[in-house]
Amino acid sequence: MSALRPLDKLPGLNTATILLVGTEDALLQQLADSMLKEDCTSELKVHLARSLPLPCSVNRPRIDLIVFVVNLHSKHSLQNVEESLCHLDAAFFLGKVTFLATGAGRDSHCSIHRNTVVRLAHTYRSPLLFCDLEIEDFRATMAQRLVRLLQICAGHVPGVSALNLLSLLRGSENPSLEDL
Amino acid sequence: MDSYDTPELTRRQDASSRLKDFFIGATPLQKRLESVRKQTSFIATPPRRKIPQGSQLQEDVDPQKFAFLLHKQWTLYSLTPLYKFSYTNFKEYSKLLNAFIAAEKQKGLAVEVGDDFNIKVIFSTLMGVKGTQRDPEAFLVQILSKSQLPSEHKEEKVLWTGWFCCVFGDSLLETVSEDFTCLPLFLANGAETNTAIIGTWFQKTFDCYFRPLAVNAFNLSWMAAMWTACKMDHYMATTELLWSVPCSPHSLDISYAIHPEDAKALWDSVHKTPGEVTQEEVDLFMDCLYSHFHRHFKIHLSATRLVRVSTSVASAHTDGKIKILCPKYLIGVLAYLTELAVFQIE
Repeated sequence: MSALRPLDKLPGLNTATILLVGTEDALLQQLADSMLKEDCTSELKVHLARSLPLPCSVNRPRIDLIVFVVNLHSKHSLQNVEESLCHLDAAFFLGKVTFLATGAGRDSHCSIHRNTVVRLAHTYRSPLLFCDLEIEDFRATMAQRLVRLLQICAGHVPGVSALNLLSLLRGSENPSLEDL
Repeated sequence: MDSYDTPELTRRQDASSRLKDFFIGATPLQKRLESVRKQTSFIATPPRRKIPQGSQLQEDVDPQKFAFLLHKQWTLYSLTPLYKFSYTNFKEYSKLLNAFIAAEKQKGLAVEVGDDFNIKVIFSTLMGVKGTQRDPEAFLVQILSKSQLPSEHKEEKVLWTGWFCCVFGDSLLETVSEDFTCLPLFLANGAETNTAIIGTWFQKTFDCYFRPLAVNAFNLSWMAAMWTACKMDHYMATTELLWSVPCSPHSLDISYAIHPEDAKALWDSVHKTPGEVTQEEVDLFMDCLYSHFHRHFKIHLSATRLVRVSTSVASAHTDGKIKILCPKYLIGVLAYLTELAVFQIE
């Protein structure tokens, strides 16, 4: 039960693997289906997990991007993500981790404040995406975006690397966040 | 008895220290404008709120007058500022509203069986329901049924009550101009049709807008913590929280009842800064309840949705219904509700 490391396996030929971590099984499954429907020049592999650490017994390919899904309606999902983050090697946070917050649309059901997730993403220096995974159109758009992110993180897009993308994304955020 | 110097609420503090240096003592609006101009992000640090203090009603007002506000279920609405509203024109407003209601009822829009159309509308001021001197006075609208029989002095029945108030509404008050009266919180008790008619009249006359105020689970957990923190001499009701489990085909409800003194003991063990409630304390308080429940029933309450909170101070439902039980903390409860209403307006 060791920590996941980004570079401990050789990459597969033209393969990009994404790991979706979250307690909302139905939403993750739907997101995975939407991603697999996308047209993509690389071969996509989507892994789903409730939490980390992953069992060692399974033979899995190298993971290129990890997306932590937090449901703003459920504090349990946030706690689950926070506990899982401890089992990741620090090298993953150089652009290969993204946070995805769902459920912000229905404010009456929210039990987590939006800023809690923003602060979490900022602590781990990773991008945060908001998407209502329950709505099909938004989910399809997010799937497209994740596929693109995945291709970059797997190195299939010439000229852009995961670290490059991270600094690009961070540059568009406000500089005062660094003071937090 | 607790004694605090000023009843000021601590505002959400700006994250950037640079802005703090330039704007010590700036109002929240100025800070927000400055952050927009500098294109910095306004991430609010978790708010710290004052625990409602007892007996904040002004001394010269008789607390017995507020007895009719307690123990009744009120539906909450948020209201944008009223344009050219005047406290001296109450008689005129009563007449106009009376005529309007009679006209609406005759149109057949809100006909109830056995309804006598002899109703009377009364506007009156509610003295003392305010936080600071700047807050506008609260006022009350009541629909009474006039008795048809001229013989004996029959007591008029109150059909519908609604009141408008503003408690510590500083952040809204400073943004509006003189012509507007800010009373962001509206509470109604009575038939829904009457609420709709009166709402329409106010919207047409004062160019304002009503919106139902829903309270989400996050705010309900704040209420649970703040009201448990209130010091009470004796507890009238058990502390009860209700969660709704989203599972098909019907949703399941989980009710968790705690002895109020146990809840207070738990809160006291969590609470650190005297007089203030912080986000961490609220989270810790709720986490203690969740983990206790999980230990016994193996159910993660944190994955469900908090729907109702009732304590000896007040009880609130996520649909925007509130019942205030304790007169001592009336102002404190209204202060938090005003904050939610103002947040919804902005």
